[in-house]
Amino acid sequence: MRHNFISFVKKESLHILRDKRTMLIVMLIPVVLMILFGFAISTEVNNVNVAVVAPNRTDSVSDAVDRLAHNDYFTFKGYIAADDIDTLLRRGDVGAVVLFDSDYDRLAADLAAGIESRPAIQLIVDASNVNTASSATAYLQSILLGTATAQSMFETRMLFNPQMKSAYNFVPGIMGLIFILVCAMMTSVSIVREKEMGSMEVLLVSPVRPVKIILAKMIPYFAISCIVLIMILLLARYLLDVPMSGGVWGIFSLSLLYLLLSLSLGLLVSTIARTQMAALLVSAMVMMMPILMLSGMLFPIENLPKFFQVVSNIVPARWYIDAVRKMMIQGMPIVAVWKNCVILLSMTVVLLGVSLKKFNDKLE
Amino acid sequence: MNAITIDNLSKSYGKVKALDGISFEVHRGELFGLIGPDGAGKSTLFRLLATLLNADSGNALIDGYDIVKHYREIRSRIGYMPGRFSLYHDLSVEENLNFFAALFGVKVEESYDLIAPIYSQIEPFRKRRAGKLSGGMKQKLALSCALIHRPSVLLLDEPTTGVDAVSRSEFWDMLRGLKERGITILVSTPYMDEASRCDRIALCNEGRILGIDTPEGIVRGFDAPLYGIRAKRMFKLLEAARSAEGVVDCYPFGEYHHLVTDNSFSEERFAEQMHTFEGLCIERLEPTIEDMFIKLMKR
Repeated sequence: MRHNFISFVKKESLHILRDKRTMLIVMLIPVVLMILFGFAISTEVNNVNVAVVAPNRTDSVSDAVDRLAHNDYFTFKGYIAADDIDTLLRRGDVGAVVLFDSDYDRLAADLAAGIESRPAIQLIVDASNVNTASSATAYLQSILLGTATAQSMFETRMLFNPQMKSAYNFVPGIMGLIFILVCAMMTSVSIVREKEMGSMEVLLVSPVRPVKIILAKMIPYFAISCIVLIMILLLARYLLDVPMSGGVWGIFSLSLLYLLLSLSLGLLVSTIARTQMAALLVSAMVMMMPILMLSGMLFPIENLPKFFQVVSNIVPARWYIDAVRKMMIQGMPIVAVWKNCVILLSMTVVLLGVSLKKFNDKLE
Repeated sequence: MNAITIDNLSKSYGKVKALDGISFEVHRGELFGLIGPDGAGKSTLFRLLATLLNADSGNALIDGYDIVKHYREIRSRIGYMPGRFSLYHDLSVEENLNFFAALFGVKVEESYDLIAPIYSQIEPFRKRRAGKLSGGMKQKLALSCALIHRPSVLLLDEPTTGVDAVSRSEFWDMLRGLKERGITILVSTPYMDEASRCDRIALCNEGRILGIDTPEGIVRGFDAPLYGIRAKRMFKLLEAARSAEGVVDCYPFGEYHHLVTDNSFSEERFAEQMHTFEGLCIERLEPTIEDMFIKLMKR
């Protein structure tokens, strides 16, 4: 019976390979998403044009401006007059203006000595993009603070991701999304297609056990997902410069577990849905939406209403993304995310059990 | 021993009774036809026999095996072709056949002698994708796939639906050839004209069997004189004919209306009564299976 299992896998692979369009989409989506989120849709500070208003260009003012001008994330556009601030910001020529007080040296010295006085620097920022504005502000402050107040109250250090590169954050999110897309959606559609075409009836009538039918369907999709996984990891490392300091093997094995989970999820959908259309809709509604909204991919879970925070516990992507983030960006080893692993593993076991039980060898 | 024994089988989907206590037998090596319109319960019966559904009540045996208790044994003995079955369009003819052979754990060569008369006709196209075959060729390939494991009983659910007339006729010739090799065939069709190609037929409608006999026997059961009538205004004629003396029933049938009469009917008197109709033409006809079906259905 080994012989027929291999032909099963072969047949399933042929289906996938001959559907060139789907194949292309599956391979392209990760690349496009990575580039899109990595570069285009970013909240990170990159090439913000900054102008400076400084009535008295003392040495300390020049020092501060120098630091600004030499920073990769800001482009110094020159000194301007206070009257031009509004026009330049409105035209979008600059994203931020730094206003030094005419009495900057003395105010800075007072502050350094702990004497109460008015602020020495005013920052005027174009906040039409709130995310960029707030990170630009924070980063500008940290640069200008450098010498101005040696003893300011807080010393903020952005660990692991000091430039607040958003690609770091999105890579785990994209991984959480893509594997559900490839594994869950594609397996469920491929199983339901057999139902729709009537070939499922013949498969069921054959002496092959349903478990084998299912397994044979999973293997090629699992293989594709592995290729996609390797592609994503390579892109993340070499295109987006994500550090992966926690060890690639840890991320890889955790991802394999997540792939299995996605496959079982797809299987479950296929036992519920009767048409390919329904399978797609169920996948989109039940999987995509929660992943986008409730997994911490786009919005931090702590910012969600209490109710959704509770709901997010059953979204597998939440645990996966969280663990990958820890390993990829914070550089933790896989042992440190054992809790996530256990949760993902038990979810897989439950899903696989339920769907294999539901997938019997009769039609009802 | 009968190849198939069906005993009082019933199956409902919710409130809809798909099968309502059906019983009949199919002898070994027989070509048995289930004739009936859509919704007669034919497909449900096939799924029950193929052990894909469980019956609400009643029982059936295939080769002496119970469809519930010994369903695994049955699955290796039957060749089942579902109604919607359309093979894998993205696989070639050859790949389809090889896959189904592997599915049943056999080699194509082992069964080649059985499928050769059918498969040899499509073999020149073995590299072509199944989706690019004509309807008739698809049917031949599907039949080859259903035969690949040398089943003793073939269950074919509407195999000729959507296939052109020439291919349909060829298909029935192939079934005849398989029957001669000792395979029992249960086949359903909505086309009444195909009924005469079977050894015996069962007329079924709304989950019940209206009659079982040889095609000739079914026709013989139609004992009333039958006429075909035609005139210019067909619809008015239908209404008028229905109220004429000695007429039991009148219904549209192709270009004619069929007139079922009793013994008091006289052709001359009828022509007299219908004299207002231009171009009236009356003809004595031999009843067909469809006439019998209509008669049984109205009873």
